[in-house]
Order: sequence, then C-alpha cells, then structure tokens
Amino acid sequence: MAERPEDLNLPNAVITRIIKEALPEGVNVSKEARRAISQAASVFVLYATSCANSFAMKAKRKTLNAGDVMAAMEEMEFERFLPPLREALEAYKKGQKGKKEASEQKRKDKEKKNGTEENDKSREEEDDEEEHMEDEPDAENEGEEEDVEN
Amino acid sequence: MSGKTVENKVERAANNKNVSLPMSRVKLIMKSSPDVSCINQDALFLTTKATELFVQHLALSSYNKGSGKQKNTLSYSDLADAAEETETFQFLTDILPKKILARDYLKSLEEMEEVDDN
Repeated sequence: MAERPEDLNLPNAVITRIIKEALPEGVNVSKEARRAISQAASVFVLYATSCANSFAMKAKRKTLNAGDVMAAMEEMEFERFLPPLREALEAYKKGQKGKKEASEQKRKDKEKKNGTEENDKSREEEDDEEEHMEDEPDAENEGEEEDVEN
Repeated sequence: MSGKTVENKVERAANNKNVSLPMSRVKLIMKSSPDVSCINQDALFLTTKATELFVQHLALSSYNKGSGKQKNTLSYSDLADAAEETETFQFLTDILPKKILARDYLKSLEEMEEVDDN
C-alpha cells in the first residue's frame, strides 16, 4: 500500500524518456511540463482503474482483467490505444509463457512454411527475459470489500 | 498533419513491446483506488502500457497544438490548453489548471461577489 504520497508518482526519469521518444528531436520540455505530465499519468492510471473496475463490478468479478482495461480505454475514448495494446499484450503473454517456447515453435513453423533460412535469428531474442516483477502473493488485500456507496 | 504524426508515434510505441514504466509502481497506484481488490497480471501490464501511450499522446498532441512549436518547447501552458480543449483530456483539467494572474483572479472574485450581491 502507498505509505507516502510520493509513492503514487511515476519515476521522473522514465517519464522524461517516454516524452522525449514521442516528441521530435531537440524539443525542450520544461520542468514544469514534465512534472505535469507525470501527474497526469498518475491520474490516468487512477481513472483507467476506476473505469475498469466498474466493468468488473458490473460482471460481479473482484479481479480486474485485461478485458476490463480494454473496455475502460474505449469508455475513455482512447480507442486509438486499442490496437497497440492488443499487440503488446500478445507479445507480453508470449514472453511470459514457457520462456518463449510457444513463440519459438510458432516461428519455426512459420519459417518452415515460408521455407526461409535464418533459424538463428530467433535465438538472439532470447536474452531479454528481464525481471518480470515477481507476483507478490496478493495476500495484502486488506481492503477486500470496502463498502461501495454509489 | 498533426493527426498523422500522433498516429505514427503511437504505432512506434506499439512496436516497443515491453514496458519501461515500473509495473510495481503502477500497481501501487491502482491499488490506492478504494474499491479495487485484485488486479490480474495482464490487466496490470495493459494499464502500464496504456499509461505510456497516454504520456506520448498527451505530450505530442499538446506540442503540436501548442504555441511553443516555433520555440521548440513544450511548456506547461500547452498542456493546460490541451486539457481544456481536447475532449479526451478533459479529466485532466483539475490537475492541469490554467495559470491565471493573481490580479485577474481577484477581479473575477470581485465580479462573482457583485453577482452574489445582486
């Protein structure tokens, strides 16, 4: 749980990098603007969460799932994010499941079908198995059922 | 043209499959919402990714619409303008208030009082 208010901020360095990636090269982003975007991002998370949660509640589920988040994006009129999100989720799932065995197999099949070479290409991509946050056992769910009054 | 560049950027972001924001932090923010109990891993990933897309979208569209384009800068007022003018960013108006001079504020306060008096 968040102990201090700063815990609800996103890391500035990462936010700055993401902004830089989006803007044309050489654009200056004022410090104030960076801070504001970072705060906006936190608010976005909260807004998306509450939208997604209302979809989960409607379906009488306690756990937010991918569909809820996608529905929330639509509700918030960020449909433009849907295709990239779908793509990213697919890639993420592949990366998580069976250490890419599935995707490797698929790729091999595809290569066979296409009769192409470079089998070693698939190998190169194995190394980026960065630390996926260990699933903290969701034990600390004290707030299980806050009474919802609205 | 601005619409197109936004799309290009969003597309480029999509090509970058993994997220750079820390998912643990995003989870913390999500859990600070009072009636959320559990979040599955996919939902957490999607929210994190969406937040990245959002940051880029907000930055780029504020920049493209903003006045700082000639000066090659993205400033706070560009963001505040975007929040006010763009429908999808409307939820940001509370945290991106337009800056207003104290004297203008006092004036508007006075005006409000006058209205109340009448």
